Amino acid sequence: MTTEVEFCAPKNLAEALEFLALNRDKKTWILAGGTDIMPAINSRQISPLAVLDIWGLRELRILEQHQRHLTLGPLTTFSEMMQDPRIGQTVPLLREAAQSVGAVQIQNRGTLGGNIANASPAGDVLPVLAVHNAVLELRSAKGSRNVEFNAFYSGYKQSVLKPDELIYRIHVPIQWPQQIPYWRKLGTRQAQAISKVAIAAIAEVRGGILQDIRIGLGAVAPTVVRAKKTEDTLRGRRLDNRLIQAAGEIIQSDICPIDDIRSTARFRRRTTTNILRRFLSDLKLAHRGM
Amino acid sequence: MSIGVNVPRKDGQSKVNGQAAYVDDLSFDGMLYGVTLRSQIPHGKIRAIQFDPKFDWSSVVVVDHSDIPGQNIVTLIQRDQPFLAAQLIRHVNEPILLIAATSRKKAMEARTRIEIIVDELPSVTNLEKAATGVRLYGEDNLFKEIHIEKGDLPRGFAEADYIVERTYKTGLQEQMYIEPQGVIAVPGKDRISIYGSLQCPHYVVKALLPLLSFSHPDQVQVIQMVTGGGFGGKEEYPNLLAGHAALLAMKSECPVKMVYDRAEDILATTKRHPSIIRHKTGLKSDGTLTALAIEIDFDGGAYATLSEVVLSRGCIHAAGPYRCENIDIVGRAWATNNPPNGAFRGFGAPQTCFALERQIDLVAKTLGIDPLEVRRRNAMEPGDSTATGQVLTESVATHKCLEQAVKASDYIRKRSEYSKLLPKARIRRGIGLSLFFHGSGFTGDGENRIRGRAGLQVTPDGFIEILTSSTDIGQGTETIFAQMVAEELGIPVDLCRNAGVDTNRVPDSGPTVASRTCMIVGDLVRSAAAQLREDLIKWLAELENCNAEQITLVGGCFLLSGQRVASFQDLAKRACSEGGPASASKTYVQPEGLEWDEKTYQGQAYPVFSWGCDVAEVEIDLDTYEISVTRFTAAQDVGKAIHPVMVMGQIEGGSLQAIGYATMEEVLQKNGWIENHRMTNCLIPTALDAPAFETHIIEEPFSGGPFGAKGVGELPTDGGAPAVAAAIDHATGQRFDEIPVTPEKIELALNP
Repeated sequence: MTTEVEFCAPKNLAEALEFLALNRDKKTWILAGGTDIMPAINSRQISPLAVLDIWGLRELRILEQHQRHLTLGPLTTFSEMMQDPRIGQTVPLLREAAQSVGAVQIQNRGTLGGNIANASPAGDVLPVLAVHNAVLELRSAKGSRNVEFNAFYSGYKQSVLKPDELIYRIHVPIQWPQQIPYWRKLGTRQAQAISKVAIAAIAEVRGGILQDIRIGLGAVAPTVVRAKKTEDTLRGRRLDNRLIQAAGEIIQSDICPIDDIRSTARFRRRTTTNILRRFLSDLKLAHRGM
Repeated sequence: MSIGVNVPRKDGQSKVNGQAAYVDDLSFDGMLYGVTLRSQIPHGKIRAIQFDPKFDWSSVVVVDHSDIPGQNIVTLIQRDQPFLAAQLIRHVNEPILLIAATSRKKAMEARTRIEIIVDELPSVTNLEKAATGVRLYGEDNLFKEIHIEKGDLPRGFAEADYIVERTYKTGLQEQMYIEPQGVIAVPGKDRISIYGSLQCPHYVVKALLPLLSFSHPDQVQVIQMVTGGGFGGKEEYPNLLAGHAALLAMKSECPVKMVYDRAEDILATTKRHPSIIRHKTGLKSDGTLTALAIEIDFDGGAYATLSEVVLSRGCIHAAGPYRCENIDIVGRAWATNNPPNGAFRGFGAPQTCFALERQIDLVAKTLGIDPLEVRRRNAMEPGDSTATGQVLTESVATHKCLEQAVKASDYIRKRSEYSKLLPKARIRRGIGLSLFFHGSGFTGDGENRIRGRAGLQVTPDGFIEILTSSTDIGQGTETIFAQMVAEELGIPVDLCRNAGVDTNRVPDSGPTVASRTCMIVGDLVRSAAAQLREDLIKWLAELENCNAEQITLVGGCFLLSGQRVASFQDLAKRACSEGGPASASKTYVQPEGLEWDEKTYQGQAYPVFSWGCDVAEVEIDLDTYEISVTRFTAAQDVGKAIHPVMVMGQIEGGSLQAIGYATMEEVLQKNGWIENHRMTNCLIPTALDAPAFETHIIEEPFSGGPFGAKGVGELPTDGGAPAVAAAIDHATGQRFDEIPVTPEKIELALNP
C-alpha cells in the first residue's frame, strides 16, 4: 500500500540526465543539500515519486574565475560562498547574502542551485543573481541552453526549468571596482530566519550622477524581482534628496507584497521604501564632492 | 564545602558525549509505533468513522474510546478531559483514534485511510467572546473564578489624587523544549511500564490507574528518561500521551512508542494562557499607591487541565511586590474551543506581572516621575503585607535587587541620555525596568496536601544514593541534591548519586513544578542526610562504646575525640553489610503557623518569595523597525545559590524566554487552528537574538530553605517582558500594552 519512490544517486552527470529523461512524467525532485526538500517531505508538503540525489556529482561542484564572470556549479554551498576568496572578491554580494542564510548547518548543506531551483520569492541569494544579471546554463540529456536568471521564473514557485533539465552552471558577471554593492535582509530574527524583505543592489555614481543602478528584491512579490521602474527613474539622474524621496515612492509600483505568516503587506511596503532610501542616502553621503 | 560551589554537573558528561539516552533512543523487541488521529474542527459531534475497506486493517492496531478498560478521563483536577473523544469534539487536534503498526510510516499511512464524519457545532475561539458565545462548560463557561480582597477598595480610590486605567494583553507562548513529547509503554501481566520524557512521574501513575482499571499504584511503573527540557509543558501533558501509548500497548500486547514530531507537538500540546488584564489604580500625587483593582481573564482552552491553579498563581502575583492597603483582584479562567492551555514556567505570573509593571510605568508617566521612583516608593519591605494579607517577616530583597540592577545597568544616566536622543536618531535607544517576585513552592497548604517524601540509601560500595521523584529536566536537580547531601555529611559530591526516577523505587516527592524542587524537596534531602549522619554517629558510638557526643564527622572522616576512627565510606559500607543505619527518609511537615484559606484567598500564599529586578536596553532601527535587546541586567534574589553557575543559567535562560515573549514569540491561532507549527515560523530567540547578560545573584537567606535557598526556576520568566516593553516605549515614545511587540506593531504605532 505504501508508495514506491524512485530514488537515484547517479555516478556521473550523464546518468543523472538519463534518469531525469526517463522519469520526466513523474516530476523528479532533485536533491542537493536537502535543506528545502527534507523539511517539505517531513511536514508532508510534498511526497515525491522520484528523487535524484545529485549531492555526490563532482561535475556540479566547480568554481571558475573568468575575466568578466564567475562560473559556479549548482552544488556550491552557502559556506563556500562565504569562505571562497574568489567569490568574496568578485561577487561580494553573494558572500553577504550567503551569510544571512539560516545558520551554519544550513549553510554547510544548502546550495546555490537549490536556492534557485526551489524558486521561493524569499530565496536569500536570488536578489543578488538578479542584480548581477546572472545566466543559468540548463542541461538535459538532449543538450544545453542558457536562460537569463531574470527570465527564469514564470510565477510563484514556478520556473522555465523543464522536468528533464537540471541547473548545470551559474554564470555571474563580476562586480567592477566602481560598482557599489548593497545588501539588506530583513528577517524574522537574527539567525534561522526567512526574509520578510531582502534587497540587493549595485550602483555606480560619477560626478554626483547615478550612472547605473540595479535593484533586486526578495519576498515582496510572487518571485524575486528587479525594481525596473525605480531603476529607470534613478538612472542618469543627480542623486539628491528629492530623487531619493521620489525613488522611495516609485518602488511601491515595482512590488506587490502580501500578508503571510511572517509579516504584512503594509510592513513590507514601508520597509522596502525605507531601506531603499537608506541605501540611496548613504550612497549620496559617501559620494559627496565626487 | 559543596554549597555555593560550581561542581561539575552530574548529567554534563553524558549529555556532551552523546551517551545520555532519551526516550527515542530506547527500543524494545517487537515494539510498535503509535500515532494519533485528531479532530479537524474546533467543535462538533462525531457522526461516523469510516475505515477504507481497501486497506488491510489486520496489519495495524486501532484503539478508540470503547477500548478503554477503565475511565475515559484524564485524572488531574477536574474530570472533564477524555483520553479519546467519544462523541463530542471540543477543539482542533483533539485525539480521537490511536493507531499502532510495526513502523511509524505504516501507522501514518493507516491514519490517512480513516475518515471522521462530523456535524460541526458553533464554536468560541476568541477569549473576548468566551462569556457570550456557545455554552461549553458548566453554567457560565468558567473553569474557575477567584476573588482576592484586601482593605477597602472604594476608600482607596476616594483617597487617590489620580486614577489611571488601562487594559493589557498577552498572547499564547509555546514552551519549545528541544525534545518533543515522547513515551514508550511496555505492557505486562496486570501492569504497565512507561518510559517517558516527563516532569511528574507520579501524575502519570495517578492518571493511568483509573484509565486501565488498575487498583494498586505498583501496577503502573513510570520511569523518567533523560528529558530534553519541559518548562511546564511536560507537567500534565505526558498523562495524556502515556495513556495513549498504554492503551495501544494493552490492546496490541506489544511495547508501543509514541514520539511527537515538532509539528504535532506544537499543534496538540498545552501552551501559556493568553490573557486580557484590566487595571484601575489609585495613587497619591507623591506616588503612593492607594488602590489596585485588577481584573484578569485567561483563555483556558477546551479542557480545565491546570487552568485553575495557573489562574490562582496569576492572581496572587497580580498586585506584585508593592505596598498597597486596598486591593481587589478578580480572576477568571474561561472555557473556549481552543486547544487546552496549561503549565508554562511562571504559571500565570508572567501575564499578571506584565500587566502590573506596565501599569506602574503608567503611574510614573501620570505623575511625571521616573518609573524607578514609583518602585522605590512602593516596594515592599519586611512588615508589609501582600494582596492575600501575608505579612512578610524575612528574606525580602526588593530594594536590594532594585538598587543593584539600577546601579549595574547605569539606568539613571542612560534613561536621561536616551531620552535626549529621541527626536532625531534613526537608531533609537531605550531602557526600562521591572520589579517582581515569585512565590516558592506550592500555593497555600499545597505542600501539606502533597506531603512530599525523599530518601537516602547507602550502597554496598559506600556511596549515597538519593531517592526522589524530582526530575532533572535540564535545570540541574541531580547536581544540587548531591551537593546538599555532600555538604550535610561533609563528604565529596562524587560519593553522592541519584537513584534515577522510577516510581516503583523512589518515593513520591511531589511534582517537579512550582519552583519547589530546590527549596522543598531539597530540604527533605538535606534533612534526610542530617538524619543519616546522626544515625551513623549513634551506631559508631555503640560500636566504639562511647558517647555519640564525642564523635564528629569532618572532611569525610569520623573523629572520636579528635582522632580519626573511620572514613565515611568505610563506615557506610559496614553499615550496609552489617545491618547498621543504611538509609534515611523524610516526609514534608508543614511549618507551625502556616495559615491559608483556599475559599477567601487569605493568608500565607507561599512559605517565602524570591525577588527580582530586570533592566532591559533596546535599540530600534526606524527604517526596519527591528528590535534588538542589546543588554539585559538582572538582579535576582534566590536566598542562597547552591550552584551559582546553574542559577545564572536559570536567570539568563528564563530571561531570554521572557524577551522572546515580549518581542517575537507569537503562536498564530485562527478559529482554533495554530498556523505556525514549525520551528522556522513559531519563533523563539536564537543565540544571536540574545542580549549581553549581566546577572547579579542576590542572597537574602530564608530560614526554612536548605542552606537558605529559595526557588529560582520561574522567577526569571516574570520580569523580562515588561522591562523590554518599557524599553521599547522609551525608545519609540509610544506605549505598548500588548505583547509580543513586533516590528509590525511598532511600524503601525509610529505611522498611524
